[in-house]
Amino acid sequence: MLLELSRISKSFGPVEVLSEVDLSIDAGEVCALVGDNGAGKSTLVKCIAGIHAIDSGTIAVEGDSHEIGSPRDAAALGIEVVYQDLALCDNLDVVENMFLGREKLRGVVLDDDAMEQLAAETLESLAVRTIRNLRQTVASLSGGQRQTVAIAKAVLWNSRLVILDEPTAALGVAQTRQVLELIRRLADQGLAVLYISHNLNDVFAVADRIAALYLGRMAAVLDAADTTQSQVVELITSGRSNGLGITDSNGVQP
Amino acid sequence: MSIDVKTRPGSGAERTGPARQVLDHARAYLSKVRSGEVGALPAVAGIIALCLFFGALDPVFLSVGNLANLFGQGAAVACIAMGLVFVLIIGEIDLSAGFTSGVCAAIMAVILTDLGLSWPVGIGAAVIAGTVIGLTLGALVVKLGIPSFVVTLAAFLAFQGLALIILKEGTNITIDNEFVKDIAGGNLSRSHGWLLLAVTVVVYAAVQLSRWRRRSGRGLVHDPLPVVITRIAALTGLLTATVFLLNLERSANPQLVSLTGVPIVVVLLGALFVVGSFVLHRTRFGRHLYAVGGNREAALRAGVAVDRVRISAFVICSGMAAVGGIVAASRAASVDPNTGGSNVLLLSVGAAVIGGASLFGGKGTVRAALLGGAVVAIINNGMGLMGLSAGVRFAVTGLVLLLAAGVDAMSRGQGRLFGRH
Ligand SMILES: Nc1ncnc2c1ncn2[C@@H]1O[C@H](COP(=O)(O)OP(=O)(O)O)[C@@H](O)[C@H]1O
Ligand SMILES: [Mg+2]
Repeated sequence: MLLELSRISKSFGPVEVLSEVDLSIDAGEVCALVGDNGAGKSTLVKCIAGIHAIDSGTIAVEGDSHEIGSPRDAAALGIEVVYQDLALCDNLDVVENMFLGREKLRGVVLDDDAMEQLAAETLESLAVRTIRNLRQTVASLSGGQRQTVAIAKAVLWNSRLVILDEPTAALGVAQTRQVLELIRRLADQGLAVLYISHNLNDVFAVADRIAALYLGRMAAVLDAADTTQSQVVELITSGRSNGLGITDSNGVQP
Repeated sequence: MSIDVKTRPGSGAERTGPARQVLDHARAYLSKVRSGEVGALPAVAGIIALCLFFGALDPVFLSVGNLANLFGQGAAVACIAMGLVFVLIIGEIDLSAGFTSGVCAAIMAVILTDLGLSWPVGIGAAVIAGTVIGLTLGALVVKLGIPSFVVTLAAFLAFQGLALIILKEGTNITIDNEFVKDIAGGNLSRSHGWLLLAVTVVVYAAVQLSRWRRRSGRGLVHDPLPVVITRIAALTGLLTATVFLLNLERSANPQLVSLTGVPIVVVLLGALFVVGSFVLHRTRFGRHLYAVGGNREAALRAGVAVDRVRISAFVICSGMAAVGGIVAASRAASVDPNTGGSNVLLLSVGAAVIGGASLFGGKGTVRAALLGGAVVAIINNGMGLMGLSAGVRFAVTGLVLLLAAGVDAMSRGQGRLFGRH
């Protein structure tokens, strides 16, 4: 397993937001994380990304357990996050955004040519055809194109796990499709993808496995192929669905 | 309804190709302008229009003597404006830059005249004082989180007082040092002017052509060769004409005293422009300045040392203000409590904004500050020649600034109209 979370718990003050969450993700697969508003999805992502410290539990990458204390630690392990509120600078162009904070230099001078070439190659490898001019500012891009830039930025860095928090929430149908295709391609290239979404159509379109969080607890992790949408809806809304889901300490469904 | 994308082979994208045609280049530029990225266009158009206007009203405006005069009149404001661009890019403001230049000039004057020390000590102390001021302002804004408007407004008042104290309640200190007086008052010899021109043109052409070769060789998007050559030719023509004109005799009484050559202050402005542009566009620090101004949160998440970048911007701004103060002192051959005061700051901010810097942050170039400085200088010079009062000049400069800020705000609004979020 590329990433293995076991018994992750996290509280904000008296509120326990995550409770003994287990989840593992393999290279080459898209794992969808679903759950109602406030279920704790974003919090789980931030724990993996090093933004929040976990209270207990372990995070293992390729079998070795790691302390992830900062986004830098996460990046060093090959974990990249595409946040809900795309962290892009509107006044910079596509290449400048993709390399922000990790610019390539020749001496003290920015090596813009090398960066542009690498950006072009990355987009090419992702079969992105929607962004023609890498030198246009991000402000002039559509929502889908911006999302594409954010995702391409995440895969530029030998990343192994890409986490996307609601990447299609603000997009129309056609642009959503583009982004889903892109997500699928990441996995096909051997990356592990954790994909968070509200939209079950999108989830079933792209995911290999589906993990359902219910009030901070992992209700079930299912193969997408053997699952129906209504089953997942039940898991999201009540935490269980005939035979699946959260059980109490005696192994009986509450 | 459901979108199945699980099996879908991707195909490579055609992004690079042969050199785009000149026409494509022009079209791309036009569409950029239409979408609100007007860049230096308004300032250049303004300079041309103003020159035609004032030239038609009074031929003296277009005389060689007045051309040289313009550089001297605008230099101090242009220096301060170039520094202000750095804080404007990160979305801050420095209202104290004018009096910072005054304080630094006063320090230099005391060292040169009262203490009788040499010019490197005087100039060095002025620049160091500017740097320390910038560090202090930056730390107050960044570390304590006080808005820059408030911090620099307080500094505006405090430095006005500091200048008075340094100048012992308002004495006027004369500057006799020839080196310092030459900064704004001296001229290059004719042959040095031509030499400088040759070096500038050769370096510019080499940089442009090697960039073109590198990018076309790598198959990256590049301007067509004819466009590159036109650009080199245009700059060569412009600079040659300037040097030729400035090398003409411009003394009213040539038998008595000859006055020719490129003003040294032009070389200073040129050097600051080249260094400033290099820092902004070719270094990681410059890239981070724009990133911090565009989206501070994104820059932070991308690992940019946001605090350090922001403090550095204030240091550069105050340092450039010190240079502006030295130029002003040199031109007046004296320093008094009003050096860097009155309208200097407002004209400098105006110059930066007229040139295309945005008070909303994320935008601005050193070139723009120079062009905006030229607009401001031309307005004041031209209206002075027309014999208009200072009151009218202030009012017109204010209107031009308002116009420039309006263009900025409108180009942002237009961006939103075209589906930018
Ligand atoms: N920084 C925080 N401080 C306190 N409570 C938080 C914080 N972040 C999230 N929460 C709470 O944790 C719960 C889960 O939030 P979140 O992870 O954003 O849910 P989701 O992304 O699944 O909608 C919510 O009840 C939210 O109010
Ligand atoms: Mg969320």
